[in-house]
Amino acid sequence: MTAQGWLQIAFYLVVLTVLTPLLGGYMARVYQNERVFLTPVLAPLERLTYRFIRVDPTRMQDWKAYAKTTVVFSALFWLVLYVILRTQGIHPFNPDGFDSGTWDVSFNTVSSFISNTNWQYYGGETTLSYFSQMAGLAVQNFVSAAVGMAVLAAVIRGFASHGAKELGNFWQDLVRTLLYILLPLSFIGALILVSQGVVQTLDGSLGLTTLIGGDQTLAFGPTASQIAIKQLGTNGGGFFNVNSAFPFENATALSNFVEVLFILLIPAALTSTFGRMVGNRRQGWALYAAMAAMMVAGVVVAYAAEQNGSPAQKAAQVATASADGTTGGNLEGKEQRFGIANSALWTTVTTDASNGSVNAAQDSYTGVGGTVPLVNMMTGEVIFGGVGSGLYGMLLMVLLAVFIAGLMVGRTPEYLGKKVQAREVKLVLIGTLYVPLAVLVFTALAVATRYGAPSIYNPGPQGFSETLYAYTSQGNNNGSAFAGYTGFVQPNAPGNVGAFGITFADLVGGVSMLFSRFVPLIAALAVAGSLATKRVVPTGPGTFRTDTPTFVVLLVAVIVIVAALTFVPALLLGPIVQGLTNALF
Amino acid sequence: MRRDLINSALSIVVFTLILGLAYPLVTTGVSQVVFPSKADGSRVELDGKVVGSRLIGQDFRKPVLRPNGKPKLDADGNPILEPDPQYFQSRPSVTGYSGNVTFFNNLGPNSKDLADMFKENLDAYLALERPHNPGLGRGDVPPDAVQTTASGVDPHISQANARIQARRIADVRGLSLGRVLDLVDDNTDKRSLGFLGEPGVNVLELNLALDREVPREQARR
Repeated sequence: MTAQGWLQIAFYLVVLTVLTPLLGGYMARVYQNERVFLTPVLAPLERLTYRFIRVDPTRMQDWKAYAKTTVVFSALFWLVLYVILRTQGIHPFNPDGFDSGTWDVSFNTVSSFISNTNWQYYGGETTLSYFSQMAGLAVQNFVSAAVGMAVLAAVIRGFASHGAKELGNFWQDLVRTLLYILLPLSFIGALILVSQGVVQTLDGSLGLTTLIGGDQTLAFGPTASQIAIKQLGTNGGGFFNVNSAFPFENATALSNFVEVLFILLIPAALTSTFGRMVGNRRQGWALYAAMAAMMVAGVVVAYAAEQNGSPAQKAAQVATASADGTTGGNLEGKEQRFGIANSALWTTVTTDASNGSVNAAQDSYTGVGGTVPLVNMMTGEVIFGGVGSGLYGMLLMVLLAVFIAGLMVGRTPEYLGKKVQAREVKLVLIGTLYVPLAVLVFTALAVATRYGAPSIYNPGPQGFSETLYAYTSQGNNNGSAFAGYTGFVQPNAPGNVGAFGITFADLVGGVSMLFSRFVPLIAALAVAGSLATKRVVPTGPGTFRTDTPTFVVLLVAVIVIVAALTFVPALLLGPIVQGLTNALF
Repeated sequence: MRRDLINSALSIVVFTLILGLAYPLVTTGVSQVVFPSKADGSRVELDGKVVGSRLIGQDFRKPVLRPNGKPKLDADGNPILEPDPQYFQSRPSVTGYSGNVTFFNNLGPNSKDLADMFKENLDAYLALERPHNPGLGRGDVPPDAVQTTASGVDPHISQANARIQARRIADVRGLSLGRVLDLVDDNTDKRSLGFLGEPGVNVLELNLALDREVPREQARR
């Protein structure tokens, strides 16, 4: 580990912390329908959109109506995207003439994008046309993110409400999220990325003769515009198969910084939005502190582990020490321009948020370094988490922590002056326990039956880690991968005669992603609907404060304990075994 | 329900037009005007022909020839490659430096196959460089020289790796070591903003600079 490496990690934290209240305040004004500096430009477009889609943004919805609209909208969009992928062959912007997708891989891909997971069983540059990437997947990068943020805005209103049962209007929240937040930030981000060398063109691929006389084909595409929103919307699905490791998708250390900043920018800022909307900014900072503390712990462990090098590296006597002119460490599956520190930072951050994009090969991380992303996801994606979904997931955890604290001191638990009672706690348990249950059941199904076997690449514990990682990632709507595990055999993979999907992995994964998205989403809305109508009890001397360091510690402990109780046995069988041994398999 | 369906259907049309078409097309248009060469992939030309991209690494190995001048083939019928000693060598790649089909190596950290691959790469590196770097030991070789990249086309090697290879280049090309090291420095991409990322030597640009300095020996190929 080098001072240079720590400096870069510290710089990242400082920039993120400074931007949190700035963007958070802006988003609070957007969700409270106040005037912002973009209003003069965007308000006409906003009104036009409402008129065209025939909605009245002033019509308020209670939690049931809000949830119903969210589900209907997502279901219809699922169908449209599926049709686009299945009929790709007849669409324009297909310079390389790719065929339509198969039903199983398409099912997985569509479920993946609708649920804001962006798990990639498909190979972007080998199977998808520019039309599918732009009109299909890129639209979902925006929309699935905006759905998460809209639902969060409604949930926050429920927590902040003084008796009114309405949580807002889904269409208004959705349209304002897209126009005022995601579009402007993406556009600026895309231009910064292009300035660093990320490609943005409609040209087809280019065959050329290399300097020494060999052949090379360069794939291009409208990449920067998609990468900006892929990072910003905690999506993660790349333009190229190796995602942000590919230089055309992530060209320099500066583009890398912008991309890794964009992963946490909105999820972090939403804590500040929350604080402002409930009228107590310290409540927002308390959540930020809990998230940031868990994130830093992950970065430190991942950085140390990767710098230490892998057993395979040591067996082959490959140097691991950093020295003049080299970072040392485990550089297998990592890019020189990012080095160890930026790869470790990215891997931690991308799994804290439910982003899942990668700038290095996760399968090649050391046992301990590979445990960090796995554990991050197993916390239920609440360490910042997905845009919107991370914070409403965190709020469910907060209610759980408050409930446990209440049991310990023997008082009725309260949060923000509202009593947390049996109905809320039941909903919280559904929301927090559904996902781990699905992850464990699907992993068990995949390793215990013969259907999971064709997807596994590595033998031994690594194969188990791959499987556990795959279902944890899909079950938590993350989308990052130990890419060895597959549901789609690439057309040009070594020794492969043709592309085909692995139906079991595609279907189980797709179902897992859809349910993991919508079960907690509906649970969070239901909790908010229930809290909205409650009377606010004034703060008194006996009130359990939720904006203090004590509460932050309690919250972190609850999250860690819930995750540990659920997942330690499974972790022992895979990555921990690997981390404890230098043996080769 | 019916109302939700109508709103949803109409909104899908609007969102697809704004986000799926207008946004990427406008971004493409602006990028093509403001950063044309970067938006098109930072192409590198030689004598008016595109020979690569400065961001995409290339293979600097050549086919091993049999006495009759035909390339030697391995068991699968692919030509066997060996490093061209006149050029700096890129980091190892599992994708054959493909610029359009990308995948990771994906061998786990405790994989025996991975250890074997490292050993093979390290032996090959030492066989190539040791004659020009007397006393070069296994522990002196920086890991980027034997571990494969994530993208398969990492355009950079570490400075330590370049300094070892520089001695071979100086010997083979008949240049002074100081001159080669100057060229290495000239073609090193520094840290962004002075502190972000790691410095890397751009192999394609360095090799182009070498060819400008001393034209390669065509006869040997």
